Amino acid sequence: MRNKNMCFIPLATTAVVAIVLLLTGSHLATAADQPSMANSEIKIDNFTFGPQTVTVPVGATVTWTNKDDIPHTSVSTDGVFKSKVLDTDEKFSYTFSKAGTYSYYCTIHPKMTGTIVVK
Amino acid sequence: MLEKKQDLIDQNLQDLNNDGVDRRGFLKCMAWAGTGLVWTLNGGIPVSRAFAKDHSQDAGKRADFSFVQISDSHIGFNKPANPDVTATLQTAINKINAMPNKPDFIIHTGDLSQLSKPSEFDTLDQVLKGASAKQVYFVPGEHDMLSDNGEQFLERYGKGTKGTGWYSFDHKGVHFVGLVNVANLKAGGMGSLGHEQLEWLEDDLHGRSASTPIVLFAHIPLWTIYPDWGWGTDDSEEALSYVKRFGSVTVLNGHIHQIMQKVEGKVSFHTAMSTAFPQPAPGSAPSAGPMKVPADQLQKALGITDVNYVVSGRSLAIVDSPLGA
Repeated sequence: MRNKNMCFIPLATTAVVAIVLLLTGSHLATAADQPSMANSEIKIDNFTFGPQTVTVPVGATVTWTNKDDIPHTSVSTDGVFKSKVLDTDEKFSYTFSKAGTYSYYCTIHPKMTGTIVVK
Repeated sequence: MLEKKQDLIDQNLQDLNNDGVDRRGFLKCMAWAGTGLVWTLNGGIPVSRAFAKDHSQDAGKRADFSFVQISDSHIGFNKPANPDVTATLQTAINKINAMPNKPDFIIHTGDLSQLSKPSEFDTLDQVLKGASAKQVYFVPGEHDMLSDNGEQFLERYGKGTKGTGWYSFDHKGVHFVGLVNVANLKAGGMGSLGHEQLEWLEDDLHGRSASTPIVLFAHIPLWTIYPDWGWGTDDSEEALSYVKRFGSVTVLNGHIHQIMQKVEGKVSFHTAMSTAFPQPAPGSAPSAGPMKVPADQLQKALGITDVNYVVSGRSLAIVDSPLGA
């Protein structure tokens, strides 16, 4: 019974935090429409780039982080960008200065593909 | 546990069959970790067994010769799936050295290192120096060609090879061909041999008697095991078309860290266990990658499956004999 009560309080707190986050989230979404912000993070996990397709404004920096126990790379198919080999938890960033659609893949595990759309 | 895994594999194979990828294929055996395979050439027919087995009943007494395949040592890997891959490679070498029938040589089917670092290759060399079989043949895995397009691998292990490291040699009447299918991989694709290597292979096999036993070895499987994880080679069919006329063809691969086998006509396909860590059975996890098992199971898993090939008419029959319960 006591435990139940104890659970209740954190839950209520979580709900409040969630509401605050929701409000902040909608505020951020408005900000993202402006091209000056909206850098993007891509997580490499379970041999997958996530999210697989990312849309960013011109000038945005995209950062890849390898969360796998196996090294990966992030290399554009037409040679625009090329990471070094990323071991676990290593990062690679690239700033997109031109609009366009950039396909990329992991040269070690070429089944892993992704797309960056720069608008 | 093993049976369950077997069911899963059979099911996956069934799926492949439905895709029309491997219609005639059948698969009888898999295990997910271990140390290596012993190959015995007997009248030109390779016979394999996991080498932690009691060798007293070894069918290789009349063997012409034997060799050992090891694979996927991943020296430099230090994650929870196996914090000491050097020790498990050493265990593999110790087992090779304890074999009553001394193998003529060792074949390492790639991923010697985790990150192609000089120190990793140094450690591998150091451990392999202790092997009773002094001759070791290598092909690179994708981990051996990181960042420098395999230059260092070629310098160390690929002297006298062609292209990105392919070559062939003859041993006591058997023709061995080491192929590289981890270089210049294309986005969205699987392993790749490439036009230049295929031309070389066709030329290399040209004019050889159809009765010559052929052994092809490469890192990534030369048959499509699980395309979603890239476990196959895009242009392997062309390579296999060159060996169709031969009476005995054995294809040895690594990469997937588990034993899988298939016999198609006169061609037997085998993938080896890793000396470093197991990987999940195809489709049984969100992705490929190091699979953590309890430490005692990793050790127990070394050589848990005994694989024998028994000549049966024109094709080979495979008997799955797991060790222990």
